[in-house]
Amino acid sequence: MKWPEFSYARAATLEEAFGLLAQHGEGARLLAGGQTLLATLAFRLSEPRLLIDITRIAALRGIALQGGSLRIGALTRHAELGRNRLVAQHAPLLAEAVPLIAHPAIRNRGTIGGSLAYADPAAELPACIVALEASLVLASAAGERRVAARDFFTGLFETALRPGELIAAVEVPVATSAARSAIVEVARRSGDYAMAGLAAALRLEGGRVAAPRLVYFGVGSGPVLAARACAALDGRVLDDAAIAAAQAALAEDLDPPSDLHGPPEMKRHLARVLTRRALSGFLPAAEAAA
Amino acid sequence: MKVSMTVNGERVARDVEPRRHLIDFLRLDLGLSGSHAGCEHGVCGACTVRVDGEIVRGCLVLAASLDGAEVTTIEGLTDSGEVADLQAAFVARNAAQCGYCTPGMVMTAADILQHHKQATRAEIREHLSGNYCRCTGYQAIVDAVADTLEARR
Repeated sequence: MKWPEFSYARAATLEEAFGLLAQHGEGARLLAGGQTLLATLAFRLSEPRLLIDITRIAALRGIALQGGSLRIGALTRHAELGRNRLVAQHAPLLAEAVPLIAHPAIRNRGTIGGSLAYADPAAELPACIVALEASLVLASAAGERRVAARDFFTGLFETALRPGELIAAVEVPVATSAARSAIVEVARRSGDYAMAGLAAALRLEGGRVAAPRLVYFGVGSGPVLAARACAALDGRVLDDAAIAAAQAALAEDLDPPSDLHGPPEMKRHLARVLTRRALSGFLPAAEAAA
Repeated sequence: MKVSMTVNGERVARDVEPRRHLIDFLRLDLGLSGSHAGCEHGVCGACTVRVDGEIVRGCLVLAASLDGAEVTTIEGLTDSGEVADLQAAFVARNAAQCGYCTPGMVMTAADILQHHKQATRAEIREHLSGNYCRCTGYQAIVDAVADTLEARR
């Protein structure tokens, strides 16, 4: 279907974007890669009066190391994320997630900021940044503030973004040599949103698991950090029994809704399967073989 | 609003409505009907074109946002001769039936030829996974791309 009528304005700077947001309020939407927003317009799921094109704002671009963090500008396209050397080295989970996101032509346009702002519960990047304990840098006319990824996703398609605010960047703590991460998902077809997925990050210190973060997607109203499954792993030697304990603990962590893919029990089953798939890659035998 | 860009090597300037997507701009305003509008919500891939050297969904890009961009359509790609061998392989393998998906399919396949010269059949399928074909069952299309890659090595 054709898009509804709207006006278009291009912001050259953050100040211009904030000015336009202040002037037009709820009727305005920010346009970054547009790969979700423009599809929702075609479906008339939203009918903004004004699209503010932020894609030429230089301050929202770039990937750089800053202290102990990798700062990834909000306008970083998925394809860039997938081929950037700093990302591969310091936040490999994000690079690993890219091939799972939609299709090449969409990855060439879609941005990390757009994906996080949209907060689809089945999207990969929100789960990844929660697993990596990243922070979001939110900018507005009043200045910048930082929000931890786990506090950013507040509900179904809902975030901590306030009116007049936009995502400027994501800051990811750089991976240490003890860090392990993996992303796995089940989708009916390549490029589809996942029926269920898992972004996992932890440290292996002398064979023992430290600070595990298992974050499931496609099974709730947003990324779901499985606290009990993490507790079942924390401090243990990673082996089959530890993985089984995490799988068992998941029953208390997940309360998936029914959706077009199937009932809650199917999603619970998939989550257990994905847990084993992700964690098995960190077993000593698997790491030795890799 | 005024927009000016380079399409298949030619400078064009037009007045467009903000709601005009790139495919309608190409087809209706410029008369380049090779790119097809299929689902118009980013699923089918029939509208695949190149913007600044990278394939995109033409139905998910505002023409108005492309001021200064370089766009290549199937017409430009064909005229340049860049994919003459791929197109011959599509014919030889009967990889086009109704033909609706073919321009987008060729644009995406050209991306494989350009950036993934060592692609396996599985990787070809993965790269083409965002381009729907309701006729061929894909086998012949993958054959045509694999033949072209092999012949170029």
